[in-house]
Amino acid sequence: MVQSALDPTSLPSAADPGTTSEAKRRGVIRTFVDHNKSGTIGFIMFFAILLLAFVGPFLMPGDNRGDYRNVYAPPSMDHFLGTDYQGKDIWFQIVHGGRSILLVAAGAAILSTGISIIFGALAALLGGRFDAFVLMFTDVVLTVPGIILLGVLAAFVRLNSPFLLVLILGLTGWPTLLLAVRAQVLSLKEREYIEAARMLDLGLPRILFREVLPNMMSYIVINFVLGMTGAIYGQVILYFLGLVSLAGNNWGLMIQQAYVQGAHFFKDSFLYIFAPIFVITVLQLSLVLISRALEDVFNPRLRES
Amino acid sequence: MAEIASDALTSTAVEERASSRRGPSFLSNYIFRRALRALLTVFLVSTFIFFLVRLLPGDPVQVYINQQMTQYGYSYEEASNQARSLYSIDVDQPVLLQYLDYLRNISQGDLGMSLSSPGTSVAEIIQSRIWWTIFSVGTALLLSFIFGCLLGMLMAYRRNSFLDSVLSAFSSITHSIPNYLLAILIILFFGVRLGWIPFTEMRGAVSSGQEVEFSFTFLKDILYHAFLPISVYVITSIGGWMLLMKSSTISALEEDYVTAARARGVPEWRVLIFYVGRNAILPLFTQLTIAIGFIVGGSLLVEPIFTYEGIGQRLFGALQKRDYPLLQGIFLMVTISVVLANFAADLLYSRLDPRIRSGGS
Repeated sequence: MVQSALDPTSLPSAADPGTTSEAKRRGVIRTFVDHNKSGTIGFIMFFAILLLAFVGPFLMPGDNRGDYRNVYAPPSMDHFLGTDYQGKDIWFQIVHGGRSILLVAAGAAILSTGISIIFGALAALLGGRFDAFVLMFTDVVLTVPGIILLGVLAAFVRLNSPFLLVLILGLTGWPTLLLAVRAQVLSLKEREYIEAARMLDLGLPRILFREVLPNMMSYIVINFVLGMTGAIYGQVILYFLGLVSLAGNNWGLMIQQAYVQGAHFFKDSFLYIFAPIFVITVLQLSLVLISRALEDVFNPRLRES
Repeated sequence: MAEIASDALTSTAVEERASSRRGPSFLSNYIFRRALRALLTVFLVSTFIFFLVRLLPGDPVQVYINQQMTQYGYSYEEASNQARSLYSIDVDQPVLLQYLDYLRNISQGDLGMSLSSPGTSVAEIIQSRIWWTIFSVGTALLLSFIFGCLLGMLMAYRRNSFLDSVLSAFSSITHSIPNYLLAILIILFFGVRLGWIPFTEMRGAVSSGQEVEFSFTFLKDILYHAFLPISVYVITSIGGWMLLMKSSTISALEEDYVTAARARGVPEWRVLIFYVGRNAILPLFTQLTIAIGFIVGGSLLVEPIFTYEGIGQRLFGALQKRDYPLLQGIFLMVTISVVLANFAADLLYSRLDPRIRSGGS
């Protein structure tokens, strides 16, 4: 119990000079798979969902006709996951329901990551009044419960296009990311090459885009992944609340319809509500595992095994 | 999201400590600055709501007036009088005066009337509901913070053990399930499939016939009804605390004062509680803002799913009926509650960390 702090195996393994040459010999991917099992599982789950959502619809064309004589049918050869309250195939809805969720989440994550990078990095580089203002504003937005803000905003704005959905999710999703980026840039700012660039007076855009950002790409990728989990969480909430007036097939709408039909109260309709919940949970879990794995790879000091 | 933000928030706190050495002495007082920030937040949020209601296309006040005129044949004066009593906004005045009026009204607790339940004021509705949410959310926050920290310390001491990997997997999985989906899953599995939880009986905030009193039976009853929402909040937020506490404890274990204390022969339990635990827990306080907001936001969906009669369930209804006065009133009051909770956390933090209390001097 006690010796764990002094245990030599707990020391950062990056310090081991053998690691790099070994990594070259065995290939980056194999090393990653060996060292980071949960991250590997995360990547596999994520690619499986990407395949399902983007390739699946081409393998399963046609439209999903309802059949009122075959409502809440159990799984069968025709209906892999059974049917819903209108006799529509559930598996078909799962296959066709992922694309818009993933695209909107990616769009919102690009927007929120962009906002947090630009303002977080500028605040750290410029300092002074600008920094104080950005910090104060972020603090205020962070205090307001994000989901409630999202719901209230969506009640006032008619959400009838995917772009509005991206906009509203991106504009409410940046505060934690901004603080993280700002802290990261503050620590980069102390490095010699940034100080040199500042002394040479290379200009703010050049320092920002050529010196600072390339050195925190890993960080940006991690934040992007986390931004996606936040956007998926918020997006499904908006569908659940019935505040998005968009037709079509997606997992959020499926959950909302199943919930409104009371599918969670009956044993026959179990798969109808469980299937979309399961895919969304697997998707979120895969993203969380990926972000942890990336952190582990780029931040060897945190590595444990 | 919480893991990455942790170092960011701690660094702001550190800077604040450093920067507080400048300026007039009362400004450098940590508590004073936090109180100022709390007031500013409330002011900005109420301003934001006002302009959201009045300036967006499809202004609900104007829509309401037009509706009254076309549907019920009211004259414009009658309709705008009705709108004034509903929203506490007088549309015939210039926007700036309307805004000042609105600020005066809300500071007197006048939040207008509900559209969906005619004859009831927004303040009454909020007053009857918000305490249940404060009770359930507050209990959940305390439980997940305390047990999350204990488990996180355990994970740090037993690093790389079987227990550590089991707890890590647990925290990853529970961290990934959205709280409202977990609520549905609980009803689905434990309520309907297995029949272990009498979820229909547990609906509501108190049993009918139970008086609100200061007794053990009352406490037992309200805990019984709040059990499901509290469980969901705790399960979905405890993973974040566990991971934060684990990394915080690991870095505290490497500090020189821990080694020195051990070398001096301080008993191990004393080292763990007073040297490691106390210092490891401090950075976690800066995370409370995010945690409070997250759980309160979750109540918007978790309460209606379990039919728990808190403010989240009422907001859910108001959103679906587009009851704008109620919507803006609840949003404002929930924000004020969260701001107050944050301020309380700040006070506690400054008690625990003497470096902040004195403003760095």
